[in-house]
Amino acid sequence: MTPVVELSKVRKVYPGPGASGGHVALEDVTFEVARGEFVCVVGPSGAGKSTLLRCLTGLAAPTSGEARFGGEALRSVPAAVGVVFQDYGRSLYPWLTVSRNIELPLKVRGVPRAERSGRTADVLASVGLADAGRKYPWQLSGGMQQRVAIARALVYRPDLLVMDEPFASVDAQTRFGLEDLVLRVRAEFGVTVVFVTHDIDEAVYLADRVVVLSRPPGTVSEVVDISLPGPRDQIATKRMEEFARHREHLLGLVMTR
Amino acid sequence: MPRSLSLTGRILTRLWLPVVLAAAWWVSSAGSTSLYFPPLSKILAAVWTQWAAGPARAQLASSLEHLVTGYALACLLGVGFGALLWSLRHVRDATSPYVYFLYVLPAPVLVPAAMTLFGLGFSMKVVLIAFAAMWPVLLNTLDGMRGVDPVALDTARALGVPPARRVLSVVLRAASPQIAAGLRNSLQVAIILMVVSEWVASTDGIGYYIVNSQESFDYTGMWSGIIVLAIIGTVANLAFVAAENRILHWHYGARAVEGAR
Repeated sequence: MTPVVELSKVRKVYPGPGASGGHVALEDVTFEVARGEFVCVVGPSGAGKSTLLRCLTGLAAPTSGEARFGGEALRSVPAAVGVVFQDYGRSLYPWLTVSRNIELPLKVRGVPRAERSGRTADVLASVGLADAGRKYPWQLSGGMQQRVAIARALVYRPDLLVMDEPFASVDAQTRFGLEDLVLRVRAEFGVTVVFVTHDIDEAVYLADRVVVLSRPPGTVSEVVDISLPGPRDQIATKRMEEFARHREHLLGLVMTR
Repeated sequence: MPRSLSLTGRILTRLWLPVVLAAAWWVSSAGSTSLYFPPLSKILAAVWTQWAAGPARAQLASSLEHLVTGYALACLLGVGFGALLWSLRHVRDATSPYVYFLYVLPAPVLVPAAMTLFGLGFSMKVVLIAFAAMWPVLLNTLDGMRGVDPVALDTARALGVPPARRVLSVVLRAASPQIAAGLRNSLQVAIILMVVSEWVASTDGIGYYIVNSQESFDYTGMWSGIIVLAIIGTVANLAFVAAENRILHWHYGARAVEGAR
């Protein structure tokens, strides 16, 4: 079976002064994500996590190497990819209501009006915001805004959902709720997830596999299988001995290299 | 932050000064026998008999026609060329010195040139208004579009919004508060050019009426024309602000929330 998305020998250089012809963000990154998998990408700051995400979604082209989605080289963001950005405040359009933000990707895909509003209501209910459709994003709390962004990325039923440190700017309690929400919608929509984070606990809690990036320039230093049973639970899972073991191992990787 | 006033309070804060000034003018000019400064009561009577009910209504109508046509053209051309320059980076780099050159040129000096090219009629005035009022819109559109958040653009690409639609429903929309500032600036320029274009070798419009009254020693008529101009400017501005508050309510709402956090 072909993987949903794969990177092979991806190198990304941002032009500028320097011996290597600029800033090398990624150096020889290779990994793949199978259908239905939940993969987290962790690494020290500056390891090129965001660059990796841009190459993975087709927002940026690698300098060399190749990014493939469904076996085909990425040239732009495929219609079957959903992206959730870290900064929901800049990613949600303030001039559109919550419903219209979510309807936008359906509109550009030519989905008829009646179906659009039905699907928007459904996905809003899935993220627990059934009553927020008529509000504007800026009238909601940060956690609610990020749920709107997740709903907007899910409404066109993508095969792959890519999230870039989506919960980095919400408080801890909200974050736990959102993590469980992501696990729930992943099961509900049967979507493959790549989740970039700098939080090791979050990665272990969510992932089937964790890709660890090295210090810059980023390469894959290790891929760790997370053998925790599902469904995960914020208290029970995090109390497990295995959780602690994975956590320690990953922290060691991120801190020392 | 100051406590917000009630609606009546807000209206009173805005209105007390003009009311006091108008009253002062009315009282001090009441017994005036000066040819140049007739009593305000006589001027206001002329506004009514000449402009609202009388023969000057034709001048008012033709002025408004010049203004509306010229301003509408300026808005379309300004936003259109602004968006075009934004999307063609090389053209933008090549043209920007000239754009600023034309922008800083005081438009009234173009009246003789416009007369030579377009004669003395309707088209000369409309072209002049459109040309002069285009620049604030154009520059604000360009600037607003350049300031669009890259995350907003990435989001549009990720959602599958096609390029042309990205410009219309994301970039222009995000730039709309600044475009509105340009449109408002252009409105003032358009009103100025409306009057100036009617001063010179013209036989219609408010500007013509004012100059003509002054030349024929009808100072009451002259003052009434000036008051009518002030009324046009005020009404146009109020209408603009009302439309802006409606269309950009999301912008003010989001900004208020940001300020409160």
